[in-house]
Amino acid sequence: MDIFSFLVQTLNAVQYGLLLFLVASGLTLVFGIMGIINLAHGSFYMAGAYLAFGLTSATGNLLWAIVLGVPLAMAIGAALEALLFVHLYKRDHLEQVLLTYGLILIFEELRSILVGDDVHGVPMPDFLAGSIPLDDTLSYPVYRLAISVVCVGLAIGLYFLIQRTRLGMMIRAGSHDRDMVQSLGINIKLIYRVVFALGVVMAALGGMLAAPISSVAPNMGGQVLILSFVVVVVGGIGSVWGALIGALLIGFADTFGKVILPDFAGVMVYLVMAAVLLWRPEGLLGKG
Amino acid sequence: MSDIAMREDLLVARGLHTYYGASHILHGVDFSVKKGEALGLMGRNGMGKTTLIRSMMGLVRAAEGSVQVRGQEMRGAATHAIARRGIAYVPEGRGIFPNLSVRENLEMAARAGVDGQRNWTFERVMETFPRLSERLGNGGGQLSGGEQQMLTIGRALMTNPDLLILDEATEGLAPLIAREIWRIVREIRLSGIATVVVDKNHAAVSSITDRTMILVKGQVVYDGASEDFRARPELIQQHLGV
Ligand SMILES: Nc1ncnc2c1ncn2[C@@H]1O[C@H](COP(=O)(O)OP(=O)(O)O)[C@@H](O)[C@H]1O
Ligand SMILES: [Mg+2]
Repeated sequence: MDIFSFLVQTLNAVQYGLLLFLVASGLTLVFGIMGIINLAHGSFYMAGAYLAFGLTSATGNLLWAIVLGVPLAMAIGAALEALLFVHLYKRDHLEQVLLTYGLILIFEELRSILVGDDVHGVPMPDFLAGSIPLDDTLSYPVYRLAISVVCVGLAIGLYFLIQRTRLGMMIRAGSHDRDMVQSLGINIKLIYRVVFALGVVMAALGGMLAAPISSVAPNMGGQVLILSFVVVVVGGIGSVWGALIGALLIGFADTFGKVILPDFAGVMVYLVMAAVLLWRPEGLLGKG
Repeated sequence: MSDIAMREDLLVARGLHTYYGASHILHGVDFSVKKGEALGLMGRNGMGKTTLIRSMMGLVRAAEGSVQVRGQEMRGAATHAIARRGIAYVPEGRGIFPNLSVRENLEMAARAGVDGQRNWTFERVMETFPRLSERLGNGGGQLSGGEQQMLTIGRALMTNPDLLILDEATEGLAPLIAREIWRIVREIRLSGIATVVVDKNHAAVSSITDRTMILVKGQVVYDGASEDFRARPELIQQHLGV
């Protein structure tokens, strides 16, 4: 592998990992703070991609689709929390898994009724459609670079929100002692709603950003969900920064696995997960 | 005393009954504390002091009775709504957030009081608890027991409450540190904030409170002036001695 193909693969790995992080961050936050295992989280990624498809068709531009899609995803997230997930906080994990698995089926059926079962594509914005030439034959698509930049921005924003704002302090405090937070006059239910909606928005944004480079298709949430769970477990359940490191690790394992050991590409990710868990059963940044 | 008797009620409970599952813990408790009043709540272990406080805070559901905060019925209301009517609760075991720094523990709680008062600012808490100002960057879990207690009291004050409830604030602290806590409680009381103090040390509690209440098996067996309580050692022997 020469230096430029190595560079291309590295950029691909980072971009893929960062996209996974968008989905996994919400999964790990909702699990770490509210204690909910949400199998339907991949559906929010799918919903994002379909929102991108529908809204890009309507407005003619992916950027408009994102501007409209984010508040829509937030509203959907808040409504789902208020109507369904709020009832799961005190239930055991089996009940959570059953309800959220049922939700996947409902979401897929809704998608089928609303948009049908065809595979769709979403055009990328014109100004991001070019590529950067690296040598005579290799070039790197500007859009993929843009995804990475946006994801890094979102990761920094999430870091700032959780580590530097009062809302972030309340969120962290709420993951430790819900009663105490309430006794200080803070509405923990509202905090939970915000966290859930935030997780939905991050996953949906992942789907929106990915729409132009991967087809918008039925069941697209499934694969992402499984990989996101791998990321969450590798990073340490509940740890957002663990999820970031885990996502990048999985991004590299998957991308370079396909290049270096094409015959084993399918298992590379799981080998990495097994190796990490043998070394640190609680995950990279887990609390044990 | 007579001065306090005429003040407005802050927190009043009437006929509270609370159960944990099938066990009946509170048997019709009447409780009240007025603006600026200092109340000592006493009773042996397991008599229901913590349960009474948690019932009034909405942290456990009282099956029967009423809880009024500043004249408004709050039984069944959310805990945060009750706290927002001017009550700060420092629980048994302190309730520090170990995953937040000392500074964050304080900042996350900051708000104006019910009447918009902002007497307690971060700076004033630092002046009151100089030891905390040296440990602002530490995690809440890294503090000693005494420092943690100062942190929870400081955090409660950041909400600018009208009433501060301290449940076993000196539990497990060395006598010297406990004395420091009592000094601070006295200072808080003098600043006009009403206090409810639960503690094993009846001498200390009755010396800094206006009124004393004793709970036995979920019932109020004594409710009188702390002066009167001090003059009746048989109360201690009968209801509080071990
Ligand atoms: N969460 C609980 N579940 C069941 N019983 C409890 C619980 N908390 C306290 N109790 C019981 O309720 C009674 C009163 O306890 P508590 O209010 O903590 O008393 P105190 O604060 O006066 O020591 C005790 O008998 C105790 O064992
Ligand atoms: Mg107690």
